[in-house]
Amino acid sequence: MVDPSVVGLADEPFEMVLERGKIREFARATMSSHPAYLADPAPVIPPTFLTTTSFWAPPGRSVFAKIRLDLRRVLHGGQEYTFFGPPPRAGTTLTVQTRVADVFEKQGRRGGTMTFVVTVTEFRDPTGRLVAEARSTVIETGRPPTAADDATGDGATGKEHS
Amino acid sequence: MQTRRWEDLTVGTELDAQEFGPLTRTDFVRYQGASGDFNPIHHDEEFARGAGFPTVFSVGMLQAGILATYATDRLGPEHVRSFGVQFREQVWPGDRIVCSGRVTGRDEPARTVQLELEARRVGGGVAVIATATFAVP
Repeated sequence: MVDPSVVGLADEPFEMVLERGKIREFARATMSSHPAYLADPAPVIPPTFLTTTSFWAPPGRSVFAKIRLDLRRVLHGGQEYTFFGPPPRAGTTLTVQTRVADVFEKQGRRGGTMTFVVTVTEFRDPTGRLVAEARSTVIETGRPPTAADDATGDGATGKEHS
Repeated sequence: MQTRRWEDLTVGTELDAQEFGPLTRTDFVRYQGASGDFNPIHHDEEFARGAGFPTVFSVGMLQAGILATYATDRLGPEHVRSFGVQFREQVWPGDRIVCSGRVTGRDEPARTVQLELEARRVGGGVAVIATATFAVP
């Protein structure tokens, strides 16, 4: 069980630069050929592009390092992105900061307690304006996930949080 | 890839379904490279078997991203205002996935529509569900 006192804990803010080539690569990897991504010299980011913060986050300083999840038992439950206006474009530098928003428990269908950890990441432009927010739910299961979890609908994809 | 108009997007409107795939291990790896998530369970056969899985499986955020592509291809990349996914079933090499969606709400003053979307495995269940908000100019 994750200690609920971690709610409110935040990591150090870091910078993320939105780059045209990375947007193009991401659009292709998610099977888009939309000219707004591939032809525009300053394309907007795809809706799930902000998952690429891992390229920019300082190693080992993530808030997840502090909440001590057991990575063998972690599933990715859900992910939500909100844009406060059009999505930001290539050339924008964003300041990124993640905090723990919630920790709660539920009983799994196959026994064992599942701990849900909700984090919120804010993305601000150089003027300080909040341009996007990411809400992520990770689940620590009572035991390591197996292929059988697929049938239960308990969770998720088996994607570990990196 | 023509963007839909406000008049057409009444509550209950179904978007044309689109099939993607079959997804290959190369698709998983390309997505892992693009996203920076290098969890070996999605590309290292030995690692995946050692963790109790029959083979490698797709990154949840790949099918989430494909579902986002399905939505932005129809409503415009610059118009998305929210996109949230929940993961259901895993997606395996060779799976074809069908994306579909419908309009579930409209905000007249804001000129936004709410959508419910899903990516379903052909011959299987739902892999990802999503809710999204788009501005409609």
